[in-house]
Amino acid sequence: MNIYLPIAEISVNAFVLLGLGGVVGFLSGMFGVGGGFLITPLLFFIGIPPTVAVATGANQVVASSITGVLAQFRRKAVDVRMGLVLLASGLAGSTIGLWVFALMQARGQVDLFVQLSYVVFLGTIGLMMFQESLRAILRSRKPDPARLRRSHSHTWVHRLPLKMKFRTSGLYISIIPPALAGAGVGFLSAIMGVGGGFIMVPVMIYLLGMPTKVVVGTSLFQIIFVSAYTTTMHAVLSQSVDLMLATLLILGGVIGAQLGTRVGVRLKAEQLRILLALLVLAVAMRIGLDLLIRPAELYSVSSGMLS
Amino acid sequence: MIARRPLAALAALLIAALPALAQGTGEAASESIVAGLSQNRVDITANFSGSEILVYGAVKREAPPPDDRPLHVIITIEGPPSPLTIRRKDRVAGIWVNDASVTIDSAPSFYAVAATGPLGLILLRTEDQRYRISLPGSIRAVGISEQANEAPGFVEALLRIYERQGRYRLSEDTVRFSESTLFRSDVVLPANLTEGDYRVRIFLVRGGQVVDTLERVIGVRKKGLERGIWSLAHKEPLLYAVLALLIAVVSGWGAAEVFRRLRF
Repeated sequence: MNIYLPIAEISVNAFVLLGLGGVVGFLSGMFGVGGGFLITPLLFFIGIPPTVAVATGANQVVASSITGVLAQFRRKAVDVRMGLVLLASGLAGSTIGLWVFALMQARGQVDLFVQLSYVVFLGTIGLMMFQESLRAILRSRKPDPARLRRSHSHTWVHRLPLKMKFRTSGLYISIIPPALAGAGVGFLSAIMGVGGGFIMVPVMIYLLGMPTKVVVGTSLFQIIFVSAYTTTMHAVLSQSVDLMLATLLILGGVIGAQLGTRVGVRLKAEQLRILLALLVLAVAMRIGLDLLIRPAELYSVSSGMLS
Repeated sequence: MIARRPLAALAALLIAALPALAQGTGEAASESIVAGLSQNRVDITANFSGSEILVYGAVKREAPPPDDRPLHVIITIEGPPSPLTIRRKDRVAGIWVNDASVTIDSAPSFYAVAATGPLGLILLRTEDQRYRISLPGSIRAVGISEQANEAPGFVEALLRIYERQGRYRLSEDTVRFSESTLFRSDVVLPANLTEGDYRVRIFLVRGGQVVDTLERVIGVRKKGLERGIWSLAHKEPLLYAVLALLIAVVSGWGAAEVFRRLRF
């Protein structure tokens, strides 16, 4: 059953869109990432114009994050206070990001800039997570009684001023690292057109020392608002949110996210992390290969004048 | 001096009118086209999956056919034109990036040519250029050679990419023409249609020369839900954004609630 998308101005099979939303929603619920880094390239792939894909993808991320976060709230796995600190700094960061994005657009190299940031950030984070979670899995298989396990280690992060209690996470740390992390992620997410969950999750685990169970819910909580902000900005500035496309993606997405959350709970934290790492690495490699291999069609056509 | 001016003006007028006169005395007066379209409006609704339009008509004659040279019919349909940017990727420091680009003033979003035979055989090249009938003629690319090296390559790429997308098509031998009088052709408009006025041109050709032309317009418009969404997005963007977020919130919350009730 084909359906005509009023903003994208193309006709696409409705079940393909439902399925796409479902798969991305599933992964998003399982790993606590918004799924923007998956949905946007997938929409490009089925021929949705890039501006519409970025804007509508953000809208779908709002829906799957909400459905995911509600499940996490019931499990008391959302650190609202940490989420708010990350959110406030995240919005500031993404405003700066939007400005830099416009600057790059004027220079005509925004495509390359986005692709390179995908490869660099997804690649680095994917590798770090993969390495760490592999070590964790090996450690759990070979129990080492001589090694004392501490709940979290004290680093420079714990010596900074402006300390705040984050009860759900069991942390008493300065708000400076989360605020900086939030701003950095907000900046990157505006440039890459994603919610930033795949960056936020490892930052929370490795830099802030939050327990993995709380990380998923808190990350989703923060992503809802960052994506809602992005959606609104795109709708107002470039009228590029396609409601028809969004509704189909969302329908598939919310169902997928519910199933994903339930599967995610049954997996061990290390397994979850290694799977997310592999997924992130796969996307980074795919985009990286596009840059390295000679494309079949060297030319591309886009409507409108070159800025 | 003063006396010469009206003379010169008269001479200029005569020279300008000459080709028209020459044409007028030819076959154009004796044979002309009457034609109709099965529909002059296409509504894009949510389940729009393309449209087939029947172009039909007849050759009207005041006198018997002037000569034995075969008569042909060519039909073109042209979608609303817009400016385009064509980019070429080049290898820079080991990676493929968009490098050179060319801006085309105006290229149709859709262009289909149907004819009673191969264009190269039934139409003189000069006539093709004059009426801009075949594909490359419909693209206005003035001054592109200053924008990049090998500029023609960019236009070729545009034709290639749009042909692959079904936006540009040349279907020779698809106009049925009986008794050199009645003709009909089915033109398929694809599902990926841009809104706007589609110009239909019908050419009557004898001996490679155009003897009569006729023009019709098909209005392609979004209807119903499609129109509503598009208008809201452009007229009330903030309200539209709120609506988009509302859909996200309600479905996100709804799904969570349904799954909780199911205790799945």
